[in-house]
Amino acid sequence: MAKSSQVRGVAIDKNYRHCGALSIDLEGDGARYLFQNPEDTKIATPDPDRPATNGPAGWLPVLLALALCGWFATFIGPVSRGEVLRVSFDWAPSLGISLSFLVDGLSLTFLLLISGIGALVLLYSDSYLRGHHQYGRFALYLTSFMLAMLGLVSADNLIALFVFWELTTITSYLLIGFDADKEKTGAKARRSALQALLVTGAGALALLAGLILMGEVAGSYEISQINAQGDVVRNSVLYLPIVVLVLAGAFTKSAQVPFHFWLPNAMAAPTPVSAFLHSATMVKAGVYLMARLHPSLSGTDFWLWTLTVAGAVTAVFASLQALRQSDLKQVLAYTTLMALGTLTLFLANTSGYAITAFVTFLVVHSLYKAALFLVVGCIDTATGTRDAALLGGLARSMPVTMLAAAVAAMSMAGFPPFLGFIGKELKYAGALAVASEPVLVAGAVLLANALMLAAAGVVSFKPFWRPAGGALPRTPKEAPWPMLAGPVILASLGALFGINPDLLQSSVVAPTVAALLGTPAEAKELALWAGVNLPLVLSLATFALGLLLYAFHTRLRALLQRVLGALPDFDARWDDVLNGLKVLAGWQTRLLQTGRLRMYMAVILFTFAAVIAATLALKGAVVIAPDFSGLAPKHLTVIGLIVIGSAIVTLTDSRMASIAALGTVGIGVAMVFILYSAPDVAITQLLVETLVVVLVAVAMLRMPHLGAPGERDIRPRDALLALFVGGGVTLTLLAVLATPMDLRLTEFFEETSGPLAHGRNIVNVILVDFRAIDTFGEIAVVVIAALSGYALLRTGKEAGR
Amino acid sequence: METLLSLTIGLLVAAAVYLMLARNVLKFLFGMILLSNAANLLIFTAGRLTFGEPPLIAAGEKLPPPGVANALPQALVLTAIVIGFGLFAFALVLVFRAYTTLGTLNTDDMRVAEPQEEADR
Repeated sequence: MAKSSQVRGVAIDKNYRHCGALSIDLEGDGARYLFQNPEDTKIATPDPDRPATNGPAGWLPVLLALALCGWFATFIGPVSRGEVLRVSFDWAPSLGISLSFLVDGLSLTFLLLISGIGALVLLYSDSYLRGHHQYGRFALYLTSFMLAMLGLVSADNLIALFVFWELTTITSYLLIGFDADKEKTGAKARRSALQALLVTGAGALALLAGLILMGEVAGSYEISQINAQGDVVRNSVLYLPIVVLVLAGAFTKSAQVPFHFWLPNAMAAPTPVSAFLHSATMVKAGVYLMARLHPSLSGTDFWLWTLTVAGAVTAVFASLQALRQSDLKQVLAYTTLMALGTLTLFLANTSGYAITAFVTFLVVHSLYKAALFLVVGCIDTATGTRDAALLGGLARSMPVTMLAAAVAAMSMAGFPPFLGFIGKELKYAGALAVASEPVLVAGAVLLANALMLAAAGVVSFKPFWRPAGGALPRTPKEAPWPMLAGPVILASLGALFGINPDLLQSSVVAPTVAALLGTPAEAKELALWAGVNLPLVLSLATFALGLLLYAFHTRLRALLQRVLGALPDFDARWDDVLNGLKVLAGWQTRLLQTGRLRMYMAVILFTFAAVIAATLALKGAVVIAPDFSGLAPKHLTVIGLIVIGSAIVTLTDSRMASIAALGTVGIGVAMVFILYSAPDVAITQLLVETLVVVLVAVAMLRMPHLGAPGERDIRPRDALLALFVGGGVTLTLLAVLATPMDLRLTEFFEETSGPLAHGRNIVNVILVDFRAIDTFGEIAVVVIAALSGYALLRTGKEAGR
Repeated sequence: METLLSLTIGLLVAAAVYLMLARNVLKFLFGMILLSNAANLLIFTAGRLTFGEPPLIAAGEKLPPPGVANALPQALVLTAIVIGFGLFAFALVLVFRAYTTLGTLNTDDMRVAEPQEEADR
């Protein structure tokens, strides 16, 4: 019984995979079924030289993304002039839910980033996974994700936003688990996919609750309307629960400590996916949400401190973790965490500096991080490894990759004249100008920046210029142009915007700041040279500290391994949580599903009675008005028959007495029908009662006694439950009898029986005319029961032979 | 009479529940018969009791005399009686078949779907 052992959470039986698709599957094998292709035995290795192409699946999505990006680019003009584009379709008007979209500065920034990077990543994937037997599926997932993400950042309705939010969760799950059937890494991919799904999915449930509360408080589900009257939400008594729930969604999605652990694991996905989802776009959905709702939720101490603390802790923690890793992708994963922490930190505030820094860093990070991920993918493809300790000397064999990596890394490290430098200056300005604890915030940012500089060196300097640490699995050679296009273009954009910050200022930064703070005037100027000031000094300190850290990073890594190894391991705690869930499920299964019919009956009956009792109590429907008037001996005789009969059935162990008593009850009930004007019912009751007695008597001939002789079967607990249920039914009936009777339907039958159906017995007319189909169904039930009974008896005979 | 009948129905239900919680599956079956009777009486009573006025239309009349019994619950109960009988007959055959196959009437020993060792581990 593989299924039961799994449900009870004891040892996981290896065979349960056969039924894994049908059961709740905490081990992540569900992912395997989703992705599994029965014929699929070959393992796809990325090999750009393979002659096969991916056909239209390779280039069609790229064209789609490019077209979208071009279309969004046409919005730059109107949006930078301060216009807000809005379009709305009715979805569920009765619930106030519409499918409405809005494009302002914030949305447009994200739209351009998503579609632009999406086009480059799709182009890259076509080469990275050239000839992969499931490329069509991959392209479908990735394109679906991109469209969901575009919907998310342009939705103007809380519910629509949530739907897109969950679509990104699902597509992310599919993409992380894309390698689910690989021999070596499949298990990890499945676990990581499920972990990401459960963590972000749980956060999303909280988010949904928060969004609904918000919509109810504000009286509208349209985000633009809610933001236009932000004080309503802020001053509401529900403000605190709203913020907590919304932040639970945002923090899980954007991997803030302590929900960060799923993100580095999500790097099990193919590299282009990591570049797109888990660095440039999806993980920023949480940040986007905080920014989108910033006008309604920010400006309170709770918001300020929650975001400041979560952001600062995440940023520093992630930077330290980044230096500890030796897998290039893991290094980048943790620096992404650091970026997300920093972005959260800036959203804590409402000052122009912080928000300007937020937008700038958002763009900077997306550009360089996507570029670096793609570079790592190139290195991985070319050499067969991502181990920083092993890699080296690639500058000669991969010059273009080296150049793109260097430019992107300079931006990441914050050197002039790249956009990263401007971003860093603004970060310091933002930290110093506004935070209530400038020293703490600036310190955290400084430390994180210095560590990031060192990490940039690890990713993009060491593999190219330092001597190799060992034999590479493959002789490196330059990647094909579609794989270089992404890193080169993204890195160049970082340089272009660094040299010409005005390009970004008017088209992206000012409109976004306007979207968050209400006026573009709050946007601070992006400039390479802002004079000698405190931010510049801090920048210089960052360079010094960062270079120092890089120089000693190998020794530092060993040290960090020891120190951070002592910290609690969130990933292992995750396993504990899942195991705990399984133990809980096992415990409650053992408690309720004992396999004993009596237990099941007791649970069902108790629940039934408890629901009745609770309803009666809550509605105050208990009516105690005993009315025993008009009772004649004939009434008492009939009732006496029923009472005595049921008492005998209950108490006797004699079969004959039971049959006789059942007959007595049946006849008593029939007499009630006769007394109270239901002759047809009474006739049927008498016939059926006779048949029941005959059938039971026949069956008794072949079956043993009811109980062991001399042993009384008395069960006080069952008796108590029986009285509870019976009492509930009596009180319900009394409550029903106390309400006025609605006779409209009966009157209809009385008025139409004669003229329309030409029958004088109204009960009969109802059965064979008005409710003929019902009666037909009833006959069918009896026939089916008879046939099934016959079949059971026949097979029983054959089995007995 | 309504009050007395309500109490009687409650008693019938209680007896039925007590029997359905028994180990012996035949007693469970007896409980089912009682429960079916209780349910029929419940529907009938909830539709109000009328003494000695069956819902019939006299020959030549268009409408029944005023104050006849409520016809609708009677029609529903008629259907319910027959369905209850079908259920009972099938359950009886099932019990009989289970007895010939498993050799017991004790539900605690009928553990083919959920075997003892798994549950009590």
